[in-house]
Amino acid sequence: MTFEEMKHRVAAASALGLLLIACPSYAQTVAAAPKESSMTAQRQHTTSTSAGPRAAAEDTAIHPFRIQIPETELVELRRRITATRWPEKETVADHSQGVPLAMVRELARYWATDYDWRECEAKLNAVPQFVTTLDGLDIHFIHVRSKHADALPLIVTHGWPGSIIEQLKIIDPLTNPTAHDGNASDAFHVVIPSMPGYGFSGKPTSTGWGPERMGRAWAELMKRLGYTGYVAQGGDWGAFVVDQMGLQAPAGLLAIHTNMPATVPADVDRALLAGGPAPSGLSADEHRAYEQLVRTFKQVDYARLMASRPQTLYGIADSPVGLAAWLLDHNDADGQPAAAIASALNRTTSATGELTRDEILDNITLYWLTNTGVSASRLYWEYKGGFFNAKGVSIPVAVTVFPGEQYEAPRSWTERAYPKLIYYNKVDKGGHFAAWEEPELFSTEVRAAFSSLR
Amino acid sequence: MSTTVDTATEIRSFQIEIPEEQIDDLRRRVAATRWPTKELVGDRLQGVQLATVQELARFWTTEYDWRKCEARLNALPQFTTEIDGVEIHFIHVRSRHENALPLIMTHGWPGSVIELLETVGPLTDPTAHGGTPEDAFHLVLPSLPGYGFSSEPTELGWDASRTARAWAELMHRLGYTRYVAQGGDVGALVTDLMGRQAVEGLVGYHLNLLTAVLAIGDQLPKKSEQERAAAKALATFREDGFGYFLEMATRPQTIGYALLDSPVALAAWLLDHDTDSYYKISRAFVDGKPVGKLTRETIVDNITLYWLTGTAASAARSYWEDGRALAAALASGQAPPAVSVPVGFTTFPGEIWASPRSWVEAVYPGLAYFNEVDRGGHFAAWEEPALFASELRAAFKPLR
Repeated sequence: MTFEEMKHRVAAASALGLLLIACPSYAQTVAAAPKESSMTAQRQHTTSTSAGPRAAAEDTAIHPFRIQIPETELVELRRRITATRWPEKETVADHSQGVPLAMVRELARYWATDYDWRECEAKLNAVPQFVTTLDGLDIHFIHVRSKHADALPLIVTHGWPGSIIEQLKIIDPLTNPTAHDGNASDAFHVVIPSMPGYGFSGKPTSTGWGPERMGRAWAELMKRLGYTGYVAQGGDWGAFVVDQMGLQAPAGLLAIHTNMPATVPADVDRALLAGGPAPSGLSADEHRAYEQLVRTFKQVDYARLMASRPQTLYGIADSPVGLAAWLLDHNDADGQPAAAIASALNRTTSATGELTRDEILDNITLYWLTNTGVSASRLYWEYKGGFFNAKGVSIPVAVTVFPGEQYEAPRSWTERAYPKLIYYNKVDKGGHFAAWEEPELFSTEVRAAFSSLR
Repeated sequence: MSTTVDTATEIRSFQIEIPEEQIDDLRRRVAATRWPTKELVGDRLQGVQLATVQELARFWTTEYDWRKCEARLNALPQFTTEIDGVEIHFIHVRSRHENALPLIMTHGWPGSVIELLETVGPLTDPTAHGGTPEDAFHLVLPSLPGYGFSSEPTELGWDASRTARAWAELMHRLGYTRYVAQGGDVGALVTDLMGRQAVEGLVGYHLNLLTAVLAIGDQLPKKSEQERAAAKALATFREDGFGYFLEMATRPQTIGYALLDSPVALAAWLLDHDTDSYYKISRAFVDGKPVGKLTRETIVDNITLYWLTGTAASAARSYWEDGRALAAALASGQAPPAVSVPVGFTTFPGEIWASPRSWVEAVYPGLAYFNEVDRGGHFAAWEEPALFASELRAAFKPLR
C-alpha cells in the first residue's frame, strides 16, 4: 500500500469512527478536541445543505485525523538513505556552493540510524488533528482549544521549507498561557493548517492554489469551526497568506500578525528589482533594510527554480538526501543554509526550546513520508506577485521584526505599508523560523500583538 | 627505464568498461523511483512532464542497452592526458586525408561527447558523406573538466577561460600548430575564450550560440522583426528558462545530491534545458517520433553517461565557476579582448535565441562567415549532424 492510499484509508477510517476502536489514545484526543467544533461541523453541514446546490456539493464535515505511518515506509526510507550515491565534496571550504557534503553526510548517518520518526508522530498525535474539505481540497489542521473560555481564536500558517512542525512548540504557550508566564487573558484557541500540497493536506490537482485562495479557504475554515471573531498569524508563505487575508478582510478577521512583513515601498522595490543602488533619501534603518534585501535576492535561486520548474525536481521525491539538501538550503540573514538551521544540526538536545537536529529531521521526514516536496514547490509557481512589496492591507496589522529575518522592516516602511498598525516591535533574537527557533519569545510577541483587541 | 618519460604530458589510450553491477544498480534505481504527482498544466510550463519522464524511465529499464553506447564510443580512438592537474578525456579521429584541417570541437551542458558523435563521419571522412577530400578535418572532441570521462577539478578556478587554455595545450600536445575550433553552449564559451585569449595555433573558429548575449543582450539592436523575436526569446529565457542556470551557478552542490542519487532526477534535470529541444525530446519518448538524430537511444546514452560517471554535480559546478567569472568580468566594466582571427557563425532556427546577423556582427565586427539554416536547434550537431558538418565545411573553407 502506498502512503497515498494509506492516507486516504486513514481519513476514511476516521470518518467512519473506526480509529476510535483501533487507537486507544483516540478517546483522549476526542476529550481534548472541542465539542463545539464537532457540533459546529454538524451545524455547518445542515446549513450548507440548505444553502444551495454549490455549497451542498462540498462536504463540510470535520474528520478527526491521526498519523500512523506503516513501518515498511520507515524501513524503505532508511534503506534509501543508506544506499545514497554521493557527489564529490564541494571545492570550497564554506557554504558558497550549497549545502556542504560533510553536513549532509552526518545528517544522513543519524537519519538512517538513531533518528526516530515515531517520537515525532507521537508528538503530532498528542494534539487534536482534523481534516476537512475546503474548496475541493482536503485540508489537514491542528486545532487546540484553550481551557480559557474567552480565548482569542488564532489561525497560524507555516511556510516553506516548513510545515506544522514549525509551530508545535508555540501551541502550549498560546493556548495555556498560565503555565508559561502569562495570564488567562493571554489565551488563544489555536488552528494550525497544513497548506495545500504540504504535509497531510491534499495535493492540488489543478492550478490556482496560491496565497489568495488559501486566504479564502482559511476564512472558511475559521467559519466552519464556529469562530466569528479571530486573528491570523504567519511567516514566510504564511505571511503571504495573512497579507492576502488582510486584503480580503473576510467577516470575522479582526487583525493579522506577521513576522515577515511586506513593507517595501514601490520606488524602493523597483530599485531592488533593477539591481541598482539604494534610492537616495533613505534613513539609516531603511538603507540597512535595502542592503539586507539585496543580499536576500542573491540567495533565492531555489525559489526562482521552484517558481519556474517545480515539476523538474523529481529528485526531491525520489532521493531522501536530495530532499534533505533541498530543504536545508533556505537562507536567513546569517547564511545559506540558514545559520539557525545549520547550528541546530549540531544540537542534539535542548532544554529551552532551541531548535534541535531531531526537529529539523521531523520536518524533512514529514515532507518525505507525505511525498510533498514537489507539490509544495508548486506554491512558488502559483504565486506571481511581488515578494516584500507593500500590498495595501488596510485592516489592523501587528508586526514583529526578528533580527535573523530576510530583512528588518523599518518602522517607517511598516507604518506606510500597514496604515492600521496596532503593534510594532523589534526583538533581539530569532530569525526566519521565529516560531520554531524562539517559541517562548514568539508567543510573547503574539500575545502582545493582539492584546489591544481583547 | 622510463625515467625520462614525462608522465604529466603523456597521452594514454582509453577504453570504457563499466562494471555490470553499476548498470544493474542503475536499472534497480530507475525501477524503484518514487514519483511526484503529475504536473498541473498540459505543457512544459511547470517543468519536465511526468509522462515524458515515466516513458523515459520505462525505456531505460526495459529496452535501453548501455553496452551499445559503450561499443560506439570504444570504436573511436579515445585518450586521456593530464592538463593543468585535471585528467582530460578526448576522442581523436585523424582523417585519412593528409591536408585535413585540425578541429577541436567542444560540447556543452547538458551534453557530452555523445552530442557530437554523428558528426565524426562527415567531418573526418567527407568523401563518404557528400563532400570532397578538401572538406576533411582531423577531429578532437574533449570532455570538459568535470564532465563525462574527464576528471573533476578538485580545486577552484576551472572556469571556461582555463579550459580554453587547456584546449590550446591539448592541441599543442597533439602536434597541431595550426587549427580551428568549434562550439555551442558551454563549448561556445570555451571556444570564444580561446579566440579572445589568442591561443597559439588557433586560426579561426565557428560558433552556434552567441553567449555574449548573456552579458550585453540589452545593448543589441531590437529594430527588425528578427531582432525583436530574438530579444523576446532572450527575455523569456531570462524570465522563465533560467532557473536551472541560476541554481547551478549558485548552489551546484545542493542540487547535486538529488542528481547523483536519483537517475530520474538526473534525467529530468538534463531534459529541462530549452523549450525547442524539450518538446523534440519529449516527442521522441511520448510519441516515438524523434526529430533528426535526437533519438531515444542517444538521449538516454547522454543521461547514462552522466549517471555512470557521477558527474552531474561537478558539471553543475562549472556553471558556478563561469557565473563567478562572468560576474567579475561585468563588474570590471572592461570589454573582453578583441578577436583577431576569423569567426564563423551559424544560426539554427530552434536555438534559445536565434541570433540575427546584426547581433553576431555587433559581437564580432569582422564576421567572416554567417548563415541561417532552416532546421536544427540548440543541440545542432546532435540533431542535424549532416547539416552541421556542411556548415563547418563552408565556414572554414577560406582557412585551408
